[in-house]
Amino acid sequence: MLELININKNYNPGSVNELCLFKDFNLTVKDGEFVSVVGSNGSGKTSMLNIICGSIAVDSGKILINGEDITKQKDYIRQRRIGRVYQDPSKGTCPSMTILENMSIAENKGKPYNLGRGVNKAKLETYREMLRPLNLGLEDKMGVQVGSLSGGQRQALALLMATMTPIDFLILDEHTAALDPKTAEIIMELTDQVVKEKKMTTIMVTHNLRYAVEYGNRLIMMHEGKAILDKAGEEKKSINTEEIMGIFNKISVECGN
Amino acid sequence: MALLLSVLEQGMIYGILALGVYITYKILDFPDLTVDGSFPFGAAITVRLINGFGVPAILTLPIAFLGGALVGICTGLIHVKLKVRDLLSGIIMMTGLYTINLWVAGSGYVAIFDKENIFNNSFVNSITPGFLVNFKNVIIIFLITMVAKYLLDWYMSTKSGFLLRAVGDNDTIVTSLGVDKGLVKIVGLSIANGLVSLSGCIYAQQQRSFEISIGTGAVVIGLASVIIGTSLFKKVTFFRVTSSVVVGSILYKACVAVAMFAGISPNAIKLITAVLFLIILVISMDRKKVKAC
Repeated sequence: MLELININKNYNPGSVNELCLFKDFNLTVKDGEFVSVVGSNGSGKTSMLNIICGSIAVDSGKILINGEDITKQKDYIRQRRIGRVYQDPSKGTCPSMTILENMSIAENKGKPYNLGRGVNKAKLETYREMLRPLNLGLEDKMGVQVGSLSGGQRQALALLMATMTPIDFLILDEHTAALDPKTAEIIMELTDQVVKEKKMTTIMVTHNLRYAVEYGNRLIMMHEGKAILDKAGEEKKSINTEEIMGIFNKISVECGN
Repeated sequence: MALLLSVLEQGMIYGILALGVYITYKILDFPDLTVDGSFPFGAAITVRLINGFGVPAILTLPIAFLGGALVGICTGLIHVKLKVRDLLSGIIMMTGLYTINLWVAGSGYVAIFDKENIFNNSFVNSITPGFLVNFKNVIIIFLITMVAKYLLDWYMSTKSGFLLRAVGDNDTIVTSLGVDKGLVKIVGLSIANGLVSLSGCIYAQQQRSFEISIGTGAVVIGLASVIIGTSLFKKVTFFRVTSSVVVGSILYKACVAVAMFAGISPNAIKLITAVLFLIILVISMDRKKVKAC
């Protein structure tokens, strides 16, 4: 379970550009929930993910994972139990390393990176089996540098790498936004499959309202640092894209967008 | 013949330096100017150990490596912990090391002509057959360079080495893997400067002296070697990139030797170094552009 309690965050405090992003923000994500988060630019979606992952520090408030306070924990220590896929496909993989090397390094997450061999040849077939269901032909490109793959292929690999080791949370940061519609669809289905299969607690930020409605079992709409809409379970199932679009347009108009 | 041998000897000695520069410049994407200080640092340690303490020559190699590694750790700490920009961290270390090198060596010029060194000691002399006497230096340098190259190749294939490659590529993923990326950078800088210092150690013994000015432009020589090596042998797959870097260094020394042979004054050497580097840089950029089209 993930809890954000009374989070306060100001950007540029004390200057004319002071921007209050979160004021007493609270959020609880239960185990097994797949939360879709939507909202306009600057509503605090990505900041929220960054706060959870430790990429930005909070001014006050607490972040708990399974009851343990991780507010002061360094980002790299927190991320040992968090998997994250970024909007930019190049963020989740190492371009100059091969698929095999990338998967090897990802599988070692949580274990020491010592002077043992980086690539375990015996694992080659296991990795191939993991790549085969993607239907992207990656299983035949184990020795190819990831930098030469397409955005969709890289994102699929990044998703696989983020979920290879046991993790408490999967964080998806607009991970289909940089892909063409068809590839985005494939990656989204793949995501759903992985999340269901591993029963992973997931937070997905997306600009695609249809994905937010279609996937996941909870939907949150953020606006100016607040969750203005939060539907889970049956309530979430009954919601449709038009309805969300309506609310979304309304808040955008209020903002003058 | 003597010229060719000298090119090979110096080329391979600087090849070890180039391996260090390769780690920082190509792998870590960190333009590390510490090299101008850590190269003479290795040389200074060496002459002090041999002259002052009578340490067996062979031991100067690991000690110089460790000394350089320590220097690299300092650069890393300045950059990572004190959050000083990469170029500035190197400049600070390079400037400070100038004084430290003078302290360690004792003065700006120290000769070790009459002392045993890795090329000239009772053991090496006793096993060298007569017909190989002229090639003794080049063979010893070749062996040390190969050991350095293979150790680096091995390290880069370990889990720890993978992290080093990853951090220069995309440091976000290193954090995602639950590892402190700052620590990985420090490790990389320490290995790199260890190699550079090792190169300085061998250089001092080949020249049989230490001179404070040998550090000036060392990083440029290293960069030129790395760029020649990596761009010239990009297509050659059986060549490990580490080998190409060493060959790049030999080619670079050959270019300089040709310039000197053509009658350019030795006083102009740094200018030649700079101009040559500029030419190499521009040519390698051109190649990239052509590829992009």
